[in-house]
Amino acid sequence: MSSVKDWAVPNPVSENRSGIIGKSVDRYEGRLKVTGTAPYAYEVEPPSTPVYGQAVSATIARGRILGIDTSAALASPGVKLVWTSENVPKQAARGERANPRSQRASNPTMGSDAVEFYGQTIAFVAADTLENAKAAAALINVTYDAQPATVDFLASLDQAEMPPGEDDTEIGDFSTGYRESSVKLDETYFSPIANHTQMEPCATTAWWDGDKVTVHTSIQMVKGGQHALAETLAIPSDKVHLITRYIGGGFGGKGQSYDDLTLAALAARELNQPVKVAYTRQQMFQATIHRPAVQMRVRLGAEADGRLNAFSIEAITHCARNVPFTEHAANFSRSLYASPNRLTGHRLVRMDLPGAGPMRAPGEATGMLSLECAMDELAEKLGLDPIELRIRNEPTVDPETGKPFSVRQLVSCMREGAQRFGWERRNPLPGKVQDGRWLVGMGMAAGIRGNFLLPAKAGIRITADGTVTLSQGMTDIGTGTYTILAQITAETLGVPLDQVRVELGDSDMPPAPGSGGQFGAATAGSAAFETGMVMRRTLAEMATGDPNSPLFGVDPTLVTFANGNIALENRSESLSTLIERVQPEGVYVEGSISPAADARDWSQHTYGAQFAEVGVDVVTGEVRLRRMFGVFAAGRILNAKTAKSQITGGMIWGIGTALTETNPIDPRYGSFLNQDMAGYLVPSHADIVNVDSMFLDEVDDKANPLGIKGVGELGICGTGAAIANAIYNACGVRLRDYPMTPDKVLKGLIAKGL
Amino acid sequence: MKPFTYERPKDIASAIKAMRANPAAKFLAGGTNLLDLMKSEIEHPPHLVDIGRLPLAAIENTRDGGLRIGAMTTNTQVASDARVRSLYPVLAQAIVSGGSAQLRNKATTGGNLMQRTRCAYFYDTAKPCNKRLPGSGCAALGGLNRNSAIFGTSDACIATNPSDMAVALAALDARIETLTAEGATRSLAVADMHRLPGDTPEIETELKSGELITSVIIPPAPPGGQIYRKVRDRASYAGALVSVAAVGGRVAWGGVALKPWRAEKTEAALVAGIEIPEAVGAELATAEPRGANSFKITLIGRLTAAALGETLAGRRA
Ligand SMILES: Cc1cc2nc3c(=O)[nH]c(=O)nc-3n(C[C@H](O)[C@H](O)[C@H](O)COP(=O)(O)OP(=O)(O)OC[C@H]3O[C@@H](n4cnc5c(N)ncnc54)[C@H](O)[C@@H]3O)c2cc1C
Ligand code: SF4
Repeated sequence: MSSVKDWAVPNPVSENRSGIIGKSVDRYEGRLKVTGTAPYAYEVEPPSTPVYGQAVSATIARGRILGIDTSAALASPGVKLVWTSENVPKQAARGERANPRSQRASNPTMGSDAVEFYGQTIAFVAADTLENAKAAAALINVTYDAQPATVDFLASLDQAEMPPGEDDTEIGDFSTGYRESSVKLDETYFSPIANHTQMEPCATTAWWDGDKVTVHTSIQMVKGGQHALAETLAIPSDKVHLITRYIGGGFGGKGQSYDDLTLAALAARELNQPVKVAYTRQQMFQATIHRPAVQMRVRLGAEADGRLNAFSIEAITHCARNVPFTEHAANFSRSLYASPNRLTGHRLVRMDLPGAGPMRAPGEATGMLSLECAMDELAEKLGLDPIELRIRNEPTVDPETGKPFSVRQLVSCMREGAQRFGWERRNPLPGKVQDGRWLVGMGMAAGIRGNFLLPAKAGIRITADGTVTLSQGMTDIGTGTYTILAQITAETLGVPLDQVRVELGDSDMPPAPGSGGQFGAATAGSAAFETGMVMRRTLAEMATGDPNSPLFGVDPTLVTFANGNIALENRSESLSTLIERVQPEGVYVEGSISPAADARDWSQHTYGAQFAEVGVDVVTGEVRLRRMFGVFAAGRILNAKTAKSQITGGMIWGIGTALTETNPIDPRYGSFLNQDMAGYLVPSHADIVNVDSMFLDEVDDKANPLGIKGVGELGICGTGAAIANAIYNACGVRLRDYPMTPDKVLKGLIAKGL
Repeated sequence: MKPFTYERPKDIASAIKAMRANPAAKFLAGGTNLLDLMKSEIEHPPHLVDIGRLPLAAIENTRDGGLRIGAMTTNTQVASDARVRSLYPVLAQAIVSGGSAQLRNKATTGGNLMQRTRCAYFYDTAKPCNKRLPGSGCAALGGLNRNSAIFGTSDACIATNPSDMAVALAALDARIETLTAEGATRSLAVADMHRLPGDTPEIETELKSGELITSVIIPPAPPGGQIYRKVRDRASYAGALVSVAAVGGRVAWGGVALKPWRAEKTEAALVAGIEIPEAVGAELATAEPRGANSFKITLIGRLTAAALGETLAGRRA
């Protein structure tokens, strides 16, 4: 196993001789997407005329199906089949997920007459057109024996229990430390359920070829989906060919498979015809995972100089009754601020809702909403600037594990951001700046998000025309993965970027874990790099061992790769000449990456500082963002443009978290109120004015051979809190209940006599 | 979506005739509301009469100095018309506060006036809704009703009318002109064309089956400022929590009732010389909150007082 020392040795990416690394390279697949010609799963042309499927959803939260009348649906025009739990083909029993992150377990649909959440699939119709399938689905009549369901989180907090296999972590003696602190804060914050709201719904096109099924589906994890389907159908996984070339947004919501995948495969087998199944917009809201609500109690005890003496976060969240998942809203805080006495932990309420699951920066995105407001409140109590308070609590080693930091530029992020944002113009007294009917304020928050590296493989083929093709069972969920993999491959092999092709999202390709947890670029990219290094060695040996090569007989470890050539001093030939001559059928190699044995000896994170300026309408309580700026430190940046897009997207999501996003559950039905994009409010263009960001120079040589880290999730970390703090600074109304809608702000304004 | 038939008549007379032949048919204008409702299985017209090419897309001056706006003008066209912008800025502001640019490019004046409520339960076919399925009950009553009405509600329905344009038109004393299925022309005040829910929330307007809105006629504006102000949960592309159209001393409210709500008590109090806050309070005293929407009373009060402060500034100073 490798060590981080091996990674620190200079390599083609860190040397960056062609300058491709870090460049603002356009999206590899950008043209296809903006011209509407990138085929997403539902649009893939199957080998013959497809049938269209439509799932029917339960309209109770818990209970049994007493009967389903499908006669009208069966008689409806164009209908090919109608399934309920009574006649759906047999599938494996639901698999236990040993680890909630493992999405490989079987995932049968309509396994019984039990209803476990509102929106659960209880019937399925396939017809010759989508319209006919939908019309028939609307004719299905269900009778239920509804049972009482736990769907109201805040009313069920008394049922909170310790998540399975977890414990609180305590260091020092929190109670004593807190009691003896001279300045204390004890506040409770709430962030509601949020929906992923991907543009592209879950969708599958499936067909069979003998005993092998091909599925084009929208999923973040190729292998997870392949195994889940194989397990469900009880067939070997090599009988499932899963392809996911383009994904119209995942955000964690498509880390697992849904019934579209299972039903398309089952129906295609039954009908011996290709089948397309997509979730409706309503099903995306009601029947896929969501980010759970979190209630968080934060207690901070500080000395008069601002140093924290006691630190506690207790987070209560929820998950589906039979699908364990914990939104670890306190975990990040274990590495953030120094304090000798610490207590952090989670509690979980099991509810009769669809699965709670990961959404962009699970844990941080919710937890920082609370802690970073609490720090702002504490700063005010102490009469300290919020940045100064954070600097005074900057740890020298990881405050909980005692491990050294690989690299930590949090303070630099805050300082750089303060200077560029004009933080010194902020009046620490709230409600002092007015612009017409707007009260104006500034707020900031720190951001932190873990960094990970998982095992992955890749393959590179070079053909005699010099085309380099990287292939990997990786996904690009809209983040820029195609592009950065092309850059890494080009720079590693010293070939021009336009000579590199990237093929992703196919279970026949060397496996990569997919997109999630902002580990994608580091994991897939490191595998691509290692594979490139294997290719370099292969080509070097090929050239130096070939009497017809100008490089014949030289030391293969000394040759260089640049401009599509392999060279040593003034001896050189092009890769295509070499391959054409020696191996005209082309050269293919595979390589892999795995975490270094000692990588976890360092505390590894990405960091950011978020700054926001808002206006609060003093008449209506409406909050409008005026500008936002973030400074981030996330290792080496592979592509200035795609990295900035990711960060910007995260920051924009944070605006939604702060101001608009919530989906209340109607306790009478257990259903979400909002089930379309007109009702579930993500930020619109007008909500996003002047959002900008920058990265600090950084290389994290403990992270992976590329020195890069994830940027996909960092942008949302802390954003919402920065806005909440800006609202307070603008008008003196301290809200601890997200999102901060006009009705809540107005109540605060009135209470202040405004 | 249920199968349906479709025709595109060439002239107004054939459109009316088509409706007479098929009383369950519906007019299709921009389609931004109707097609959504059909795809969501909320409306199932067996036949659509596409009025998209009828010659009703002009904006003309009237002899008394007002404007006649054809029913098939698009929202974008009306809001960007120079005469509308100078004579009726409140109307232009109201229109551009609605939907998104794409929607406004398709949405028509007639369709906007006839659009149906955005009540989330109305859109959710799994829930009872008297408007969608008469007699099934009202899920919003006792439900998540932060955005429901505070005026003119009934125990059958507490929804609001979502049109911004209609609020401005109501404050401008605009009227619609229609052609009935029998071929008769009639005229109705915009403020009177929508019905309060009562026991029959499924009957939404005073229009008869097959009746076509042909135009909207706006009389000359009264003196004083004009303002449309809309409070919403995000900066754009969201329905009003509440909105106000103030035209001099005239006040119409949006987001508070199943029709644009003329605050007549407020207007009368202003005419009687009562101060703005008390005048606004006169109408608000009749509001009937339904729990989570009670904030709307305070909100519309503050919003209206601020708006009147501006539109009446010249007169009261
Ligand atoms: C996501 C979203 C957000 C929106 N936000 C807003 C908003 O913030 N504010 C706002 O005001 N609106 C909003 N709208 C609504 C939009 O303004 C309406 O959908 C639009 O105005 C309807 O016009 P249309 O021409 O498309 O009507 P259509 O959908 O074609 O028709 C709507 C109805 O009117 C009838 N009809 C149409 N023309 C006539 C006529 N001449 N005579 C008689 N009946 C007729 C039709 O039969 C149908 O019943 C929003 C819509 C969407 C989808
Ligand atoms: S308020 Fe009206 S539209 Fe909404 S559910 Fe009740 S009856 Fe239906």
